Amino acid sequence: MSIFEYNGSAIVAMVGKNCFAIASDRRLGVNLQTVATDFQRIYKIHDKVFVGLSGLGTDAQTLYQRLVFRHKLYQLREERDMKPETFASLVSAILYEKRFGPYFCQPVIAGLGDDDKPFICTMDFIGAKELAKDFVVAGSASESLYGACEALFKPDMEPEELSEVVSQALLASVDRDCLSGWGGHIYIVTPDEIREKILKGRMD
Amino acid sequence: MAPNIYCCGAGTAADTEAVTDMVSSQLQLHRYHTGRESRVVTALTLLKKHLFNYQGHVSAALVLGGVDCTGPHLHTIYPHGSTDTLPFATMGSGSLAAMAVFESKYKEGLSRDEGIKLVSEAICSGIFNDLGSGSNVDVCVITKGHKEYLRNHMLPNPRTYVTERGYSFPKKTEVLMTKITSLRERVEVIEGGDAMEEE
Repeated sequence: MSIFEYNGSAIVAMVGKNCFAIASDRRLGVNLQTVATDFQRIYKIHDKVFVGLSGLGTDAQTLYQRLVFRHKLYQLREERDMKPETFASLVSAILYEKRFGPYFCQPVIAGLGDDDKPFICTMDFIGAKELAKDFVVAGSASESLYGACEALFKPDMEPEELSEVVSQALLASVDRDCLSGWGGHIYIVTPDEIREKILKGRMD
Repeated sequence: MAPNIYCCGAGTAADTEAVTDMVSSQLQLHRYHTGRESRVVTALTLLKKHLFNYQGHVSAALVLGGVDCTGPHLHTIYPHGSTDTLPFATMGSGSLAAMAVFESKYKEGLSRDEGIKLVSEAICSGIFNDLGSGSNVDVCVITKGHKEYLRNHMLPNPRTYVTERGYSFPKKTEVLMTKITSLRERVEVIEGGDAMEEE
């Protein structure tokens, strides 16, 4: 069994009209045994950039610590926050640095850039970027997430509708994956506010 | 790679990306130093040196093409660092399908449009006959002092099953907790307030 599916995860990010949503499941398991049901996989870098780290939980947490460290150094030097595009390049560089002993994480990056243009991107565990206009998915439930998002996505959704679509896509997908589930965690980010929700799913 | 040199990559995506970015920056610095246009052989040597160093562990299979002061060039570079210099080249899992088209239809002295047509046909053969290749065709034409990058020159695989209506959900998601953080501070402007005292 793949090390990427050791803990189980599901992450999705979707673009709406001047906003984006990023969501994940809340399960942490060791293969089929559930260990925690309140695990955090989405991290806030600053108010307008979020990163979701799917894959091996321990590497996700280590990687997050390094990303926060590098972002803080950037803030001190530049006296501003990183743009999402810049942050994506940083993540890619940090992952490729470890080309022959990698972090077993597939990141999803979502943010609002200059003039609040939404940006989403994902990359593989050694930092090959993939930019998308509509949605990106990652984790052990990624196959079912692709299907759900492909069917449910519409361009230019308002924050409320986007929130519902992403929630439904996530909850429908994790029910088809044994390794992810136990509800969801979603952030809906607009230029004015961050709305964070904890979702109830099939708690079994 | 440089304004007059382009490169396509097959193999591990992160490796092709990283190796071409690294060599691009070396070429840029070299141009700043010499003040001359980069040569294709320079790019070729830098790429093969790196790949040979890593003994094939950096899985980048590249096709390198460009026009410089010594004329037009086309090369292929294998992950172990060996190179070929050819009149037509293919790389990647779809290379056999694409090469089959080249071998049967290539002739010397093709015009620009004939060249684009042949290359697109070869890539399409890779898209449809090789299971590891797919989606769209990009074409880049480099001539002396000029280049043309035709992104998504052909789109033979558009998205199927798109619904305009959208879906309505029978049940809304149950939310256990909501937290709202406001990003824009509300600033109240009081007009005609007491002016600050000055001494």
